Amino acid sequence: MADYHWPPADHRALIGKRIKRIDGPQKSSGQAKYSYDINRPGMLWGKMATCPYAHAKITKIDTSAAEAMPGVKGVVTIVPEGQEVFWAGQEIVAVAADTEERAEAGADAVKIEYQQLPYLVADTDPQQAGAQYTKQLENKVAGNPDQAFQQADVVSEGDYGVPVITHCCHETHGQVTEWDGDDLHVWPSTQAVSDMAGEYVEGLGQMGIKIAANNVHVDTQYMGGGFGSKFAADTWGIACAQLSKKTGRPVKMMLERDQELMVAGCRPSMHAHVKVAAKRDGTLVAWDSDTWGTQGPQAEGSPTLPYVLEVPNVRAKYTAVLTNIGPARAWRAPNHPQMALISNGAMEDLAAKLNMDPVDFYLKNIDLAGSHAKIYRDEFAKASELMDWKSKWHPRGQGSSGVLKRGVGLSIHTWGGRGNMSNCQVVIHPDGSVETNIGSQDLGTGTRTVINIVTAETLGLPLSGVKVNLGDNKYPPAGASGGSTTVSGVSTSTRMAATSALNELLAKVAPSFGTTPDKLEAWDGKIQVIGDSSKSIPWKQACAKLGTASVTGTGRTNNALMSSGVGGVQMSEVEVDTETGIVRMIKHVAVQDCGLVIDVKTAESQVFGACIMGVCYAIYEEKIMDQPTGRCLNANMEFYKLASIADIGEIVVHMMQGPGYDERGTIGLGEPPVISPGAAISNAVANAIGVRVPELPLTPDRVLTALGKVGKEGGMV
Amino acid sequence: MDAFEYASPSTVKEAIALLGSDWEDASVFGGGTDLISLLKDDVEETKRLVNIKRIGALHAIQNDHGSLRIGAAVTIEQLMSASDVRRDFPSIPDAAEGIRSPQLHNMSTVGGWICQRPRCWYYRNGFGLLALDASGKSLVEQGDNRYHAIFGNSGPAKFISPSSLGPVLLALDGRIHIEGPNGPRDIAAREFFVTPQKQGDRELALAPNEIVTGVSIPAASRGMRNGWYEVRPKEGLDWPLTSAAVALKMNGATVESARIAMGHVAPTPWPADDAAKWLEGKTINEDTAAKAGDAAVQGATPLSRNAYKVQLARVAVKRALLAAVGQLATAASA
Repeated sequence: MADYHWPPADHRALIGKRIKRIDGPQKSSGQAKYSYDINRPGMLWGKMATCPYAHAKITKIDTSAAEAMPGVKGVVTIVPEGQEVFWAGQEIVAVAADTEERAEAGADAVKIEYQQLPYLVADTDPQQAGAQYTKQLENKVAGNPDQAFQQADVVSEGDYGVPVITHCCHETHGQVTEWDGDDLHVWPSTQAVSDMAGEYVEGLGQMGIKIAANNVHVDTQYMGGGFGSKFAADTWGIACAQLSKKTGRPVKMMLERDQELMVAGCRPSMHAHVKVAAKRDGTLVAWDSDTWGTQGPQAEGSPTLPYVLEVPNVRAKYTAVLTNIGPARAWRAPNHPQMALISNGAMEDLAAKLNMDPVDFYLKNIDLAGSHAKIYRDEFAKASELMDWKSKWHPRGQGSSGVLKRGVGLSIHTWGGRGNMSNCQVVIHPDGSVETNIGSQDLGTGTRTVINIVTAETLGLPLSGVKVNLGDNKYPPAGASGGSTTVSGVSTSTRMAATSALNELLAKVAPSFGTTPDKLEAWDGKIQVIGDSSKSIPWKQACAKLGTASVTGTGRTNNALMSSGVGGVQMSEVEVDTETGIVRMIKHVAVQDCGLVIDVKTAESQVFGACIMGVCYAIYEEKIMDQPTGRCLNANMEFYKLASIADIGEIVVHMMQGPGYDERGTIGLGEPPVISPGAAISNAVANAIGVRVPELPLTPDRVLTALGKVGKEGGMV
Repeated sequence: MDAFEYASPSTVKEAIALLGSDWEDASVFGGGTDLISLLKDDVEETKRLVNIKRIGALHAIQNDHGSLRIGAAVTIEQLMSASDVRRDFPSIPDAAEGIRSPQLHNMSTVGGWICQRPRCWYYRNGFGLLALDASGKSLVEQGDNRYHAIFGNSGPAKFISPSSLGPVLLALDGRIHIEGPNGPRDIAAREFFVTPQKQGDRELALAPNEIVTGVSIPAASRGMRNGWYEVRPKEGLDWPLTSAAVALKMNGATVESARIAMGHVAPTPWPADDAAKWLEGKTINEDTAAKAGDAAVQGATPLSRNAYKVQLARVAVKRALLAAVGQLATAASA
């Protein structure tokens, strides 16, 4: 019987190689159809009337004018009269019409009256916010922090913070829905294909529309990014299905860009005042943090501070500020980028106070990272080499004397990434063709390619010998893509299914070799006696022995093929114009482990993308909420700033592979590399200009203020 | 966006006849890079779009006895590739380079470059150009004014003039050519940009039934040293936080006369006459340029969140002066 364990490095044809994503040509040529591209015969367009106030009670809804508008075919109320809305942009009424413009005009014609209520949208500290808007969620003490601070040689104290940002998915949230009798077809932009039927059963049920899960058909072949914000059917999904039901026609309803930025998910802010202490030799002894931030109108969970390094004596407090800014959603590595900035920023400030190279400081304390200490040591060595850290690092603020100052900074991170539940089916047909069926989804991460690689590797075939079917809930169920769980999970279930199918085939062909199946292997397009290519038959010929019946192997996610827990070290080099406060990226190095790497190229692409996303939130991004109006002022791509290709500098990615990594099996990768850029870049700026800029993003106003170049009356200090 | 009429006349006279007595009657449609988003976002309304790109006379770049005349429908890309313009007025293509988008270069017109509406986020979110609340108080003053005016903001207008061509034209003593029902007229660029004083006022000295037909720069401005600098956070498409345009009449290494205009600091391009006057008789170096920058920001009145722009305006002036005499690269890396 073929062994399902991952093949050793010297017996891999595809795994661990650098392979281009198989759907690249479809995507770059426009053949790939995203939810936005789905057009059905007779399809209507849906648009929504939304609330302009941050907090209000709906006193009256009049849809009669909208219903009388030309082209309007159906109207659905999402939030009824008498209910409260808790953020500006919240969806109240959905309108379907025969053109997009008429749907928009229809939504504009809905008359909604409100009673405005008090609100808070400003990202203020708990004291300013007041008791009614705050909720203390943590106040923990470990060890004896008071005594440890007293006995410490050096104490560093500082403020660190990250504002609310959004997900900025290239494809906005939304879907196309269509009823066919009792059956509902949905083409959603989602991270959770196999869960989506349940979402619609529940959501429609609440609206009085009964449907069984086996009548909901979900199809997401391509989607334009989710980053944690696309797990649910959402109000617009349910409203879209209601409009379809009401009008008897397919409806497409995608969020407008401003709605996307206003309502489709926030990353919580996090701000902290931190005290951290060490002995003269750099040994960490104590941590004290008072942290607060907003997660929107609701709050749960607390950050884990300090981050990665388990300092022995800790006091950590966290208070959530409840605001009317729209709900938080998981944003690529929830809480970790904020915790990394606060923790690694404070550590770097302490190292500067100790006049230590931060690499030496971290290595001195790296055993506090627990079982991953060795991984971090390897990664520090690699990152230092790729950044040429030793020649670039200088004591804080002691670089060149000119206006433009360069500096380097670093950050470390961690993540779990255990593969999630998935079921896979691999079918080998008598003509030699192979299909892999799995109800997972490819968010753009390369999942489709990875499944192809694992199937082909297992069956000894080229990539083109396998057809991958995913993104449809008619295939075996697989978990939602969150928590960096997909590639690891589906790699193992695919391996199990492909091995199982292969074993069926080997059983059929063994007699013609005059041997037993356990003596055979699939390799290089052939079935052969293990290690002996002279005793082989080509794949197609072997499959022909199946007669008329295909063989099917099924597999589930298998813990024996995967594990969890990664490290990661990143280093940044920046140049700061000390007259303008403008920060430019020079170079960013990301060294990342994720166990066994299935495809080096798509793995690296994940890390590149994460680093770019990190540059965005480090230097440019901020959801700007305005207390006087209660509105988001920059719900557009003009003042909600993202880095362009010219702003990202050189990015160097290194994946840790080989002994010590491969045997851990597969581990998730999508999130960890986005955690460190904010901290590494902030630290590099501090190293360049000699002072900490406490808050991200590192914009000219913040940098100049930290440099003392902004006077109260506008003059130069 | 409501339905509107679309007209595409072939002469200026026809175009003027298609305009109305109110701003909402008709809109002049050049590249549309600003107008279309204003309409789609329901910030502005119009009953008729009057396309001026088919009017041949508006597409010319001409040398008229030494003065440079640029038609309103000339695209920014055409302006950037005009060698005559680049040779004598390099601050024009330099300012155009600051618009980091080939698409905008290809579509946007010179007329639109000066007539585009302010980017104030209260205005763009539907709170009106002056962004006053129900009690008549300024939302900009109470709210987030990080990108707003630090000069000329004592009245209700706190937005900034978004045009980078505006300050360049002020520095080059340019004129704006306008045509209406009573025929053509022209006006100094310095008088064309105005600060609204009350609701309903506009930010340009232009009537609803008039068209900007072009801009011109006098022969006397040829031979002046040009400088342009904008403080723009991103290398990619982004708005300047501040900018400055300078033109220097040199006598050897000495400044005989100077004109300085700052951009993105006030509801209009903002002349820095005292700083310009101070430079007369001096040579331009890091020290004099910095002092001129200091002089230029005297009297700035920043709002609650934009004091940093004072520093950025000072630097923009300094660097524009150094750029004009070819010393910017050395200064930046010093």
